[in-house]
Amino acid sequence: MLEHNKKRIVIIGATSSIAEHCARLWITGEAVELVLVGRNAEKIKQLAMDLNVRSPQSTIHQLTVNFTQASDIQDLVGNIAAGGKLDLVLIAHGSLPDQQECQSNLSTCADEMQINGVSPVLFAEAFIEYMEKDNSGTLAVIGSVAGDRGRKSNYIYGAAKGLVTRYIQGLQHRLANTKVKVVLIKPGPTETPMTAHLKQQGAKLASVEDVAESIVSGIGIGMPVIYAPAKWKLIMMIIRHLPRFIFNKMDI
Amino acid sequence: MVKVSSWGQLDHHEHNVSYLSNRDNVASQLVNSPSRGIAYGMGRSYGDICLNPNGQLWNTTGLNRFISFDENTGILKCESGVLLRDIQALFIPRGWIVPVTPGTQLITIGGAVANDVHGKNHHVLGSFGDHVQKIKLLRTDGSIIECGPKLERDWFAATIGGFGLTGVIVEIELRLRQVPSAWIDAENIPYDNLNEFFQLADDSEKDWEYTVSWIDCLSKQGRGIFMRGNSSKTNKQIQESKKKITFPFLPPISLVNPLTLRPFNTAYFHKQKYQAGKQQVHYEPFFYPLDKLLKWNRIYGSKGFYQYQSVIPHHVGADAVQEMLNQISRSGEGSFLAVLKTFGNRESIGMMSFPQPGVTLALDFPNKGKKTSKLLENLDAIVREAKGRIYLAKDARMPRDLFEAGYPNLPKFLQYRDPGISSALSRRLIGD
Repeated sequence: MLEHNKKRIVIIGATSSIAEHCARLWITGEAVELVLVGRNAEKIKQLAMDLNVRSPQSTIHQLTVNFTQASDIQDLVGNIAAGGKLDLVLIAHGSLPDQQECQSNLSTCADEMQINGVSPVLFAEAFIEYMEKDNSGTLAVIGSVAGDRGRKSNYIYGAAKGLVTRYIQGLQHRLANTKVKVVLIKPGPTETPMTAHLKQQGAKLASVEDVAESIVSGIGIGMPVIYAPAKWKLIMMIIRHLPRFIFNKMDI
Repeated sequence: MVKVSSWGQLDHHEHNVSYLSNRDNVASQLVNSPSRGIAYGMGRSYGDICLNPNGQLWNTTGLNRFISFDENTGILKCESGVLLRDIQALFIPRGWIVPVTPGTQLITIGGAVANDVHGKNHHVLGSFGDHVQKIKLLRTDGSIIECGPKLERDWFAATIGGFGLTGVIVEIELRLRQVPSAWIDAENIPYDNLNEFFQLADDSEKDWEYTVSWIDCLSKQGRGIFMRGNSSKTNKQIQESKKKITFPFLPPISLVNPLTLRPFNTAYFHKQKYQAGKQQVHYEPFFYPLDKLLKWNRIYGSKGFYQYQSVIPHHVGADAVQEMLNQISRSGEGSFLAVLKTFGNRESIGMMSFPQPGVTLALDFPNKGKKTSKLLENLDAIVREAKGRIYLAKDARMPRDLFEAGYPNLPKFLQYRDPGISSALSRRLIGD
């Protein structure tokens, strides 16, 4: 597993559409060592086959893990880190829950808070231990614009993503004087299988290719917070600063 | 329900769209489909072949993974929603190219098979289906049919050019062709009339891989620019600009109209004539000149446009094309986008494929209602008399008798239809 000449990239939740398209960009034109981590072995295999066609010189590892078991996460990350220095870790898994379902069913609510909020934090915390020791590498976590301000149509998801936001702020503060870079990615609504039902309702979604491109170029130039596509930076600045009496009248 | 249209933008009906993104789940998605549907890729066919108003569309663009590539044979296996653009971009730098490509690369490989698309090299390499080694077809009852030139050959012949009616194509094996560079040695030659065109086409068939021509559809004598090319042996050491622009708005009326068309065509003809000669051109502007202008279909305004593409057998080709040009130039309609090309002397393997030996003329017409219908009916009469056929991927309006006359394999083809699949085109032309 040791290949120090190639850049080592780890992707958690690698079969998510955004992660998959980031992987395509990272692997095209450069041979890398790529560790793909997901829940479903068959989907990971499909992804690995695709990436292998795109970059036959790259080395691709396929791993599966239970995303909500803290001890499993710790073991898995330990094993990955034992394989060599980490250049880039992307934590990308998540699920878009139905808000109504979260309100009426507390186990759904708990599961969604776990998978979208707690789980990415556990992964990040596990990886950063090794990256801090090596004093190198970039850790990027996918949050969401939904984490910027709670709103009635998806505040459970928003709260979980908001947790990630606050966590990353703290991590960035902790590592400010090191060479480790910590990046928070906030995609706007993106066209993926996760949002297919929104598209059916007529929502306007960014293409996953564009979002992946914003992420990859943002990480490339070392941005601490990446809105993808970039227009969401302005939109969310306005949304965050809207006075409550206006915000509360909005049906969003 | 969402509004969906095809490239011609003639209508925008509501569709129930489901997204196929995991090849292992497609069978269950088809079996559990609430109503009959049709596969929809990039929506770049012009008429109603990919539409199913108030019914189901299975969007295949999420099936965009490669599966394997064999460097020895050039056989690429991939999911059906992979874009030709992505194959070209990945493989041309490695010395392999999609052997047959139409004038846009923004289409899925599944769509290329289902429409058995053709390109500028038909006289050398035939149509897309000639290079397909295997198809994995999912039927709406959940069964799988694997077919190819040596495997379930009837299913293969029905599915190549079978406009999606035999099942949903999930995986394809395509044999890529070796290519020495990303560039084309191209030559543009102006011609003043149809006789010159046919002479150039004949003379070029042997030594040129790619031939096509732009024709000024308003000129009665049929002037145009003949373009031919061969793959360059070496790469030119400059980067091709990747910049794309999007046509920014939907004008209320077509910007292509009798006021603009005649001066535009005249100016284009003379500019090309002045610049005629040989040059080395990158594959993107050579194969896909319009892909640089995204959403160019908006230029025809909110009523959309028809594309009319027919193929006429060789022995009456010159007369029929001349007669079509007479009709069009008399009407003053038409568009800058008009293409004239000869096909090679080979039959397609698909039962319902469009390419056949002869000459093919493709023209856009902004939709002006009855006036346009009348003109297209006049063109139909010429095609009917010449025993030609109209390309289904472009069609939104041909009468049933012309379809049945042009596609004599129809009765045989119908034996392979999937009863759970229906499109606006199948209902219009087959009645179901």
